[in-house]
Amino acid sequence: MAVAQSGSTGLELPENVVVSRLDELASWCRKNSLWPMPFATACCGIELMATGAAKHDLARFGAEVFRFSPRQCDLMIVAGRVVMKMLPVLQRIWQQMHEPKWCISMGACASTGGVFDTYAVVQGIDRFIPVDMYVPGCPPRPEQLIQAIIDLQDKIQQEGTRTGREFNTHQRQDRKRALVECPEILSLDASRNPNLQRELSSSVTNTN
Amino acid sequence: MTDSAETKEPNAIENPHVAALNEAFGPVESSIFRGQQRVIVPAEKSFDALSLLKTRGFDLLVDVSCVDYLEYRGAKHRYGLVYLLASTSGNQRLTVRVFVDDPEPTVASVVPLWEGANWLEREVWDLFGIHFTGHPDLRRLVMPEEFTAHPLRKDYPLQGRGERHNFPVITRDHS
Repeated sequence: MAVAQSGSTGLELPENVVVSRLDELASWCRKNSLWPMPFATACCGIELMATGAAKHDLARFGAEVFRFSPRQCDLMIVAGRVVMKMLPVLQRIWQQMHEPKWCISMGACASTGGVFDTYAVVQGIDRFIPVDMYVPGCPPRPEQLIQAIIDLQDKIQQEGTRTGREFNTHQRQDRKRALVECPEILSLDASRNPNLQRELSSSVTNTN
Repeated sequence: MTDSAETKEPNAIENPHVAALNEAFGPVESSIFRGQQRVIVPAEKSFDALSLLKTRGFDLLVDVSCVDYLEYRGAKHRYGLVYLLASTSGNQRLTVRVFVDDPEPTVASVVPLWEGANWLEREVWDLFGIHFTGHPDLRRLVMPEEFTAHPLRKDYPLQGRGERHNFPVITRDHS
């Protein structure tokens, strides 16, 4: 928390008075009382539980109050793969959470689809909801999730404003939207793989 | 079970249930694999054959499944339905196979015989597109309702046709 020196303002302040910006105070309160919404769909959820349990003790960072109602949460932790039948549920829960709110995409599956590159699994939740922190790992260890929460706390402290101005980042979200489904994945490797080149050329002639 | 043990199995014709099927529906194809009796019945007679087997003691339908034999070597039909039957009183099991083909793979529903076939047949309909006539509620079971394809068919691409990303994008502005 940035503390203005009393000398720089020319004011005489008693020694038990601290001067700060209201934005910083709001961010300081928010970052140290994150209430997670556990959206645990797979094995990452087990690590999420371990993070909240006694050994790793998420209470040290003020984020131990797991709530199962989105109305009471401000940090969504998506732990596990999200299938296309679950995605509308995820979006609805995200929309039911009150501002200010943040999202952690925990593990390879939530961030990219992981090994589940199939018709049913969404290839990264950041295509459809805003994500603030990504945690690599399959599943990540509790320490990694704790690190993500610490990093998110830093982010909240640095970017946070009382009015939530920092969320109006059009460019950042527009970049995500550019991630569209690319059916011709073969073409990426075709230049150095003659087999794929043949397949690609034959598929092109078939479509013609 | 070893190969030598398989050769000692009784001939398929000696199985009384297969014999009953032969008597009722003409000669049906049957075989034994690792001690399990299998029988293939024609699609148009599948309901009658399965109800005959139910009256002969197969009171439990263990599973209804399906195999897509597209480009499978030696396959004469596209889809092979598999009915796994069990007799809880006689302690016997029987695998009944029914082959159906495109363009309209259709077979009679066995929900009137075994109530438990309801969701099993819905799953086969969902993933393979086999139509079960007489099913009381033939809706998709595992895929979303708005899904149009049958994804376990071999000619469906593994990564889908973009359905998995056909959702609205929620940004910070929307939420």
